[in-house]
Amino acid sequence: MRYVIAIIRPERLDAVKLELQQVEVNRLTVSPVSGYGAQKGHLEVYRALEFEVNLLEKIKLEIAVNDNFIQPTIEAIQKGARTGEKGEIGDGKIFVFPLEDVVRISTGETGSEAI
Amino acid sequence: MTFVAADTAWVLISSALVLFMLPGLALFYGGMVRRKNVLSSMMHSFVVMGLMAVLWVVIGYSLAFGTGNNFVGGFEHLFLKGIDHNSMTGTIPTYAFIAFQGMFAIITPALISGAVVGRIKFKSYIVFITLWSLIVYSPVCHWVWGGGFLTGEALDFAGGTVVHVTSGMSALALLVFLGKRRGYGVDAIKPHNVTLTLLGTGLLWFGWFGFNAGSALAADKIAALAFMTTFIAPAAAGLSWMVTEWIGKGKPTALGFATGILAGLVAITPAAGFVSPMAAIIIGLSAGFICYKAVMLKGRFGYDDSLDVFGVHGVGGITGALLTGVFVTVGGTGLLLGNSHQLLLQFEGVIITIVYAVICTLAIGFVIDKTMGIKVSVSEENIGLDQTQHGEKGYNF
Repeated sequence: MRYVIAIIRPERLDAVKLELQQVEVNRLTVSPVSGYGAQKGHLEVYRALEFEVNLLEKIKLEIAVNDNFIQPTIEAIQKGARTGEKGEIGDGKIFVFPLEDVVRISTGETGSEAI
Repeated sequence: MTFVAADTAWVLISSALVLFMLPGLALFYGGMVRRKNVLSSMMHSFVVMGLMAVLWVVIGYSLAFGTGNNFVGGFEHLFLKGIDHNSMTGTIPTYAFIAFQGMFAIITPALISGAVVGRIKFKSYIVFITLWSLIVYSPVCHWVWGGGFLTGEALDFAGGTVVHVTSGMSALALLVFLGKRRGYGVDAIKPHNVTLTLLGTGLLWFGWFGFNAGSALAADKIAALAFMTTFIAPAAAGLSWMVTEWIGKGKPTALGFATGILAGLVAITPAAGFVSPMAAIIIGLSAGFICYKAVMLKGRFGYDDSLDVFGVHGVGGITGALLTGVFVTVGGTGLLLGNSHQLLLQFEGVIITIVYAVICTLAIGFVIDKTMGIKVSVSEENIGLDQTQHGEKGYNF
């Protein structure tokens, strides 16, 4: 089992969800996050006062998958989150972790059954 | 004079319109502060509806409109003594006049709060505005409208000097004791919800029709003129701020457009019933540009007039009061018609008001600061005033 965390652009969320459904990954946790990396910040102006904003809004996805689903999941996120054909700086990253165990709270099932 | 029903109806409606500016101001200011101070900032505009209303009928009205002397009204109307439902002021019942003027006494101290958000003790704010209302507002109101030494000299249709110069200058003076918000100029202290501010701008404009057109104290031609200029000047000012900012900073911001509208409302206030709609366009365009430049001064001089009370009300009020002396063509003559003396009188009124408001504010601020303290502690400021002063939060989720 693997645990996937992906940071993507907020505007690509729907496309990523669609791609994940295509490969039958139908479980997903989403949270709004902010951070910075290679993509530069932007300028905001409030009453003629300029603010350099370098924390950018991103979306964090968290998905737990069985081993046979990991490759399709990574490909689906990549496909959905990429801007244009070639992709751009700021499209995000995907992190993959080994996952020790999963427990379904309602039934008590564990391991790959519970995913 | 005889009772006129239409005049009475219009002044009563206008009074309600002016009171409606308070929630407008609360939204306008509330949207611009950080979320931890939203209720505290809005409460500054709400508590005056209780405090100033009671203070006005108990003593404020008498100090402003009692006979008294050239400087301040007397005590003959303490607790509204000598006035009943049969009393008349011009063509309207005195009660209608007291209510209308009371709304002005309510909103003026609330304007000051924008400069000191996020760091003034609520208790000290209450004491400050109470003393300020009695020592600054009522006397200046008496000078200009109540038979004092500026009555019939400096023209002020609806409160350019009485309301906006007094509050704008006092806001700046009060900063001597309150200083900057922690992190000012280091952290990005940004508005937490500009949409509230835009809605507040709309409510303020709506209420301002009562503020200015109601100041005719009659449902007459002058009221219609004041309504027109209150309609046109803010429109022009919003546009001029937007264009100035667009050229200067590259973007036409919504907050900038809204601030421009407010600057135009402030600047047309002293002029509303005295100038033509075409003059209102010029006053509005000037106010948008001048207040934009004034707001940028704080960056240069490093003071923290948090929501630009000085930049918009102080500078906008002075601009309007002086331009009234230039453009007055109705009920008087100004520079435009060759009467340079009026401009001199306007200048005199503004200078005297500035000096008086600043000195009194410094004195009141000094006494409060030395006795009860005026600024919250560092940790209270960090946590936010909603939680530390009021024990609640604006947003729970």
